Amino acid sequence: MKPRAQLLLTLLLAALLAAPLAAAAQVTALKGATIYTLAGAPIENGTLVIRDGKIAAVGGPETPVPAGARVIDAKGLRIYPGLFDAVSRLGLTEVGAVSATVDTNELGRYNPHLVAATAVHPPSEHIPVARANGITHAVSAPGSGGGGFFGGFAGAVMPGQGSLINLSGWTVEEMLIKPSAGLILNWPSVQTRTFDFSTFEFREKPFTEAKKEFEERLAELEEWMQAAQHYAQVEAKGATAKVERELKLEALARALRGEIPVLFMANSARDIRNAVEFAEKWKLKMILCGGAEAWKEKKLLAEKKIPVILRPTQSLPGEEDEPYDRPFTNAGELHAAGVKVAFATFDSSDSRTLPYEAANAVPYGLPYEEALKGITLYPAQMLGVDKELGTLEAGKRANFIVTDGDPLEFKTEVRRLFINGVETSTDNKHRQLWEKYRARP
Amino acid sequence: MKRTILSALLILAVAALVAPAAGAQDQVTLIKNATVLTVTRGTIENGDVLIRNGKIAAVGKNLKAPAGATVIDATGMYLLPGIIDCHSHIAVDGGVNEGSIAVSSMVGIEDVIDPEDIDIYRDLAGGVTTANVLHGSANPIGGLNAVIKLRWGQDARGLLFEGAKPGIKFALGENPKRSNFTPPPGVPQRYPATRMGVMDVIREAFIDAREYRQKWQDYQKRVAAGEKNLLAPRRDLKLEPLVEILEGKRLVHAHCYRADEILQLIRLAEEFGFKIATFQHVLEGYKVAKEIAAHGAGASTFSDWWAYKVEAYDAIPYNAALMTQKGVVVSINSDSAEEARHLNQEAGKTVKFGGLSETEALKLVTLNPARQLQIADRVGSIEVGKDADLVLYDKHPLSVYSVPQKVLIDGQVYFDRQQDIARRAEIEKEKKALAEKDKKKDEKKEEKKPEEKKPEDKKPSAGVSEEVTR
Repeated sequence: MKPRAQLLLTLLLAALLAAPLAAAAQVTALKGATIYTLAGAPIENGTLVIRDGKIAAVGGPETPVPAGARVIDAKGLRIYPGLFDAVSRLGLTEVGAVSATVDTNELGRYNPHLVAATAVHPPSEHIPVARANGITHAVSAPGSGGGGFFGGFAGAVMPGQGSLINLSGWTVEEMLIKPSAGLILNWPSVQTRTFDFSTFEFREKPFTEAKKEFEERLAELEEWMQAAQHYAQVEAKGATAKVERELKLEALARALRGEIPVLFMANSARDIRNAVEFAEKWKLKMILCGGAEAWKEKKLLAEKKIPVILRPTQSLPGEEDEPYDRPFTNAGELHAAGVKVAFATFDSSDSRTLPYEAANAVPYGLPYEEALKGITLYPAQMLGVDKELGTLEAGKRANFIVTDGDPLEFKTEVRRLFINGVETSTDNKHRQLWEKYRARP
Repeated sequence: MKRTILSALLILAVAALVAPAAGAQDQVTLIKNATVLTVTRGTIENGDVLIRNGKIAAVGKNLKAPAGATVIDATGMYLLPGIIDCHSHIAVDGGVNEGSIAVSSMVGIEDVIDPEDIDIYRDLAGGVTTANVLHGSANPIGGLNAVIKLRWGQDARGLLFEGAKPGIKFALGENPKRSNFTPPPGVPQRYPATRMGVMDVIREAFIDAREYRQKWQDYQKRVAAGEKNLLAPRRDLKLEPLVEILEGKRLVHAHCYRADEILQLIRLAEEFGFKIATFQHVLEGYKVAKEIAAHGAGASTFSDWWAYKVEAYDAIPYNAALMTQKGVVVSINSDSAEEARHLNQEAGKTVKFGGLSETEALKLVTLNPARQLQIADRVGSIEVGKDADLVLYDKHPLSVYSVPQKVLIDGQVYFDRQQDIARRAEIEKEKKALAEKDKKKDEKKEEKKPEEKKPEDKKPSAGVSEEVTR
């Protein structure tokens, strides 16, 4: 065959292959389900129309469905916005104990310019596992080093930026919604107790020594902010050509201008107070993350309108003499005081437990709808992406799930899952291993 | 274990409040109108359970309360047998690993029970009534266990599950070979460092145990034959528990992950003629469920943890269901004071992952662990004659929204949610007063030695400690 003929044939084949796919992918309609839009009352016998990856229409049975649309019968089922894990490690870690597979913690205390998406590994087995439980998008965020989120932030102060990703895509470019979703700031605190992974033991430090270290960290943080402020001023004058380009300061300057929110990781009441004061001083868009003792500062947080992404509710109280159910009541107390609460797993393999983390706050005072919004709408609002995510409304990104019941309850199955309007598989490594060994004679 | 005086005092105060009054015997309690999930004999709607002297005396409908009986109105609530956690490390004073030697069968948890560990109360509030407190997994043959009831407020002896068959911890794979562990400077490497070495350590220990048993048998034979002036063999506290294993008097709870190492240990046990009571964690148990069932071992696993290390990378949430369906007696355990607070929820996951029935799921945290620990004649289901270890939930215990309202052990209410809430203000007041007193003392001290100032705020305790053994 001549090269030209071959080329023509290839083009023809490509056109033939692509045509039906494109047509089918263009408009999809789900009919008959109860649609929990989270932007109003649930719609019984609802219709959801998707076009070009977006929600084209959502309404009752009278909603028109364009001719030629793929129609999915969803009678007896429910539709919810896709679940949003507001802080995760998805794609950044595969096997916790094997450092070769872990990209959460860079060396150095200040790396505000590092972006999680750079290291997100699209074929990670954790992603489809999370998806199977209804998680459609997540912020993948660098970690804290040292003793982990709850062991104290002994490591990096600014480990980098979290990236908002869809849990689907052949490449990270296809997954990305927003590379710079938030700057992580592990708020320095007085660390008298640190966990040493080399010996698997806690190490106690004298208070005076820990306090000195804390003060040094704060002074260092202050210096970084001042340098960033100066850098931002230079940028504002359009004079960057006259200074050396400094990626770290460039990233911090963005936070100073309020272009990206700052996710303050802090747990104790004192740390939370200090962090709020700091955020005010530098006019940062603060989101409190962790917040084990946020209930103690609920008035302050409400007054300053600072939202909270809570640490897993399934954790132990920090103090021996605290009520045994404190981690469960935290969310309800904050909500009652007027603080907006979202939930996150701060994890990769556990990301699928996100709905249960939210659910566990419900019997302890958080209204059910708030729990549901805490893993859908609220994180979207906090991160400034609620124009495209968080509810089922026309014009938003078509990330949603079709379930046979309450998505926060264990026995509920995610029957169908859509990301960017594309029906996406809920198959995963676990299901495959199950099928394989179930069949072992 | 270091505690501040403040928290110690508070714990004592709480303990005093929670501990049931003496003279518990001869007490009769009637739990009325609950949905009784007996686990072995179906579900009784609007059912009653009569408790006499700490035991279940009657189960049915419309039972009459004898004069003087305490009546608990459980309308709208669900009654479940107390949850049994087949893998716990609560109530241990200090470390759970005697990691300096590869065979540490001479040490035991019973010697270090801390009845004031607040995690006892926290887990009790999560519905746990019995726990298998195990040594850590640093060694191929670890230390002896202690089965306890969570009788919060009692002393160490009072916690012990009287008559429970003794056990021991074994461990295979990454932990005993120390793959994820760097010895601190000055600490030498320790054999074994491979799965070959792990199996060798266990095999050699049992060869020694056999010889030791032979020595005693020979001695006893000669004594029986009337020989005089015999010197008894020297006691060996390391080998005695292993002899008990050979004689079926001690249960082996073997920490394991990979299918191949599970199979290896089954064959080794068969070689020496004993049985593994439970494989613990056993995350790849589903791959060799047939062999585990044939050996007659139980499997005690996690609901859905995975990928924290290589040997946990093939872990699947279908494990418990799949092993159950292949004939293994399966339980779901916590290995963590936190996870233990919602074992009912963990069991709930198996309905979705693997399709267990509700009763099968409930058995994973009640009857099955009781069978594995060989205490099913006493606990694990709601049946006449069994210990009145019971949990009252406000919703079905397999629901994510259920919360334990009351927890009874031996017929005594050890946890009552309403009472717990009612006491909080009082405890808060007491704490403030104590803190005030402490502050004054500190101020006095400060005048002399200002550098000894105490931190005002402690960090929330780290979750990482829970991972030490899993």
